[in-house]
Amino acid sequence: MSNRENKAGRQSRSRNIWAVAKKEFARFFRDPKMVFGTLLLPGLLIYVMYSIMGDGIMNQFVSEETEPVSVYVENEPASLKEAIGSLSFQLLSGEDKTSEELKQEVQEKDADLYVVFPENFDGQVEAYDSQTAAEPAPNVEIYYNSASPASQTAYQTMTEVLDQYESHLANKFDVNNGQSGNVYDMATKEDVTGQVFSMLLPMLMMIFLFTGCMAVAPESIAGEKERGTIATLLVTPIRRSDLAIGKVLSLSVISLLSGVSSFLGTMLSLPKLMGASSSGMDASVYQISDYVLLLAVILVSVLIIVSLISIVSAYSRSVKEANTAIVPLMVVVMFIGITSMFGNGAPENPLLYCIPLYNSVQSMNGIFSFQYNPVHIGITLLSNLIWTGILIYVITRMFNSEKVMFSK
Amino acid sequence: MSRMDPVGKMMYSLGISMRGILYFYMWEPEEIFPEKGTKGGKRMEEILRVENLRKTFVLSKKQQRLEKTKEKTRKAVDGISFASYRGEVFGLLGPNGAGKTTTLRMLATLIRPDEGDAFIEGISVRQDPAGVRERIGFLTSELKLEEFFTPNYLFDFFSELHNVDPETRDRRKKELFSKFGVDEFAEVKVADLSTGMKQKVSLVISIVHDPDIIIFDEPTNGLDVLTARVVTDFLLDLKKEGKSILVSTHIFSLVEKICDRIGIIINGKMVLCDTLENVTKGGSLEDRFFEIYRETAGEWK
Repeated sequence: MSNRENKAGRQSRSRNIWAVAKKEFARFFRDPKMVFGTLLLPGLLIYVMYSIMGDGIMNQFVSEETEPVSVYVENEPASLKEAIGSLSFQLLSGEDKTSEELKQEVQEKDADLYVVFPENFDGQVEAYDSQTAAEPAPNVEIYYNSASPASQTAYQTMTEVLDQYESHLANKFDVNNGQSGNVYDMATKEDVTGQVFSMLLPMLMMIFLFTGCMAVAPESIAGEKERGTIATLLVTPIRRSDLAIGKVLSLSVISLLSGVSSFLGTMLSLPKLMGASSSGMDASVYQISDYVLLLAVILVSVLIIVSLISIVSAYSRSVKEANTAIVPLMVVVMFIGITSMFGNGAPENPLLYCIPLYNSVQSMNGIFSFQYNPVHIGITLLSNLIWTGILIYVITRMFNSEKVMFSK
Repeated sequence: MSRMDPVGKMMYSLGISMRGILYFYMWEPEEIFPEKGTKGGKRMEEILRVENLRKTFVLSKKQQRLEKTKEKTRKAVDGISFASYRGEVFGLLGPNGAGKTTTLRMLATLIRPDEGDAFIEGISVRQDPAGVRERIGFLTSELKLEEFFTPNYLFDFFSELHNVDPETRDRRKKELFSKFGVDEFAEVKVADLSTGMKQKVSLVISIVHDPDIIIFDEPTNGLDVLTARVVTDFLLDLKKEGKSILVSTHIFSLVEKICDRIGIIINGKMVLCDTLENVTKGGSLEDRFFEIYRETAGEWK
């Protein structure tokens, strides 16, 4: 075959691939419901959900700090009067009530805490020597209600005050007393953000990408089989491999957009969820180059996921059957996703970066924690492209198989 | 000859050799198929040749149960051979399950023959399926159009897949849409069209690339009388244009109306292949068919 014929053949193939891809894009982008449900809704939902969750958690703490906590203290010792008085507790007088009535109030959440000191607490404490005493130490009883967040917090605060007082009685040394104004936690904002993001985001990204692919791929392949429209395509002169490539590429772009939508929603709302001011997290610590690498890793991951879902869809006779068959695959992907939560950062063995999807999770882990190795990222991108090529070959074989395409 | 002198022998041998050389030079590739059709005493060009096609399907447990058989396989097509000529309408006639659809699907390269081969304009369905698909238009009631798109979009899409240049595409679209009245609903989604309209769109799209050979599998199956009429008229139009048509059906009136030659398939075998006149011998095709059926497969239940 001459060079000119080769060139014409290549042009014809790329035209066919583009024609199939254009049809998939038209099918998707001309349907406002699909665009909204697949592209906008995931990111929007994640942002709104995480933001509301974050605000909710913050509000809970704020309300506990500002609303007065009602506390009954019996036999309050002079040594602790100042410490207890400095707390934002509303100290109530329970002189006209019995012990049982006060416990009842805590149980019914009318009061938050009921603290009972032994009589002559200060004297008993002074007389007590833990080395020689045969009797147990003086006991402070704190009645609280763990079902009430306010009561639970008040209990913890009171316990802390008493622990501090106990430490003060036998004070030999302090740890990080803060009087020098030194900051002892040496972690930077990048470290804090990187640690949280590298643990959570790879798993979340895999789930987002998978659900994005799931929303479009079964419909495009199993749906076409179910409706009988794939046979209409198969009687045209288009090569089956061009059909497979056209479908995988277009579905990957759509899934990628869906994944980016979810990613943006997560990046913008995760600091809110984790409590940006208290946790020191900030999504802006990442550079453009980090995002570019991340996008490349996400793209090759999407190619793999779309190809896998396409294979399952091509085997299935209907969209329903495909969605059912994809569930075990999703479990595997989620399992691979959670590997970012274990271990000590991204692995060093380059061979592990040849395992599809696992390599994506670990590469994302490395990028988010600022500890990536460019060689590992390169192996991930290359191996995933090779895997995609193999999977497209399998899809082509399936498109060629009458048993698969016309099974009833 | 034994008494011929040496010069005479030499001249005779030379003559034989010259005839051989001339024969070799005058031999045409299509003559690889010895059978030639004639029409009005004129030889016709063979456009389709089917040679000993066989196809066996593996039956699933469910199919075995439905067909009440313990056989694990079923011969759908069992050594079918026939030829069709340029400009004629060839009808494949047979009861349901006879093997008509399987034969046409093999010709359209949707499924691969187990044995045998078929050649469309000399191109093998086994060796060059994409080449075959470039040359044929194929339509069956099982082929559906994507309901989300409009006829206009689908016409452009399939033209692109058939490598039709934009200028030809637009000219052809105008011509076909106007001929079949598709231009009235060209921008309406297929989902919103009636069955008849959908069938018109399917017909138009099956010939976007103006193929010379058109294969229709049960084209009027399941259609109401009005839509069936549209299809029949469409086939007659194509016939007038000189297209070669291969159509499978079990509707005798359709065969009598449009077919030049017919092949009767029963139980996967071609039991008769001849011109319509020779098959009917002036009688009714329906009567003749049942007569042949009785002779071949026995009484039906």
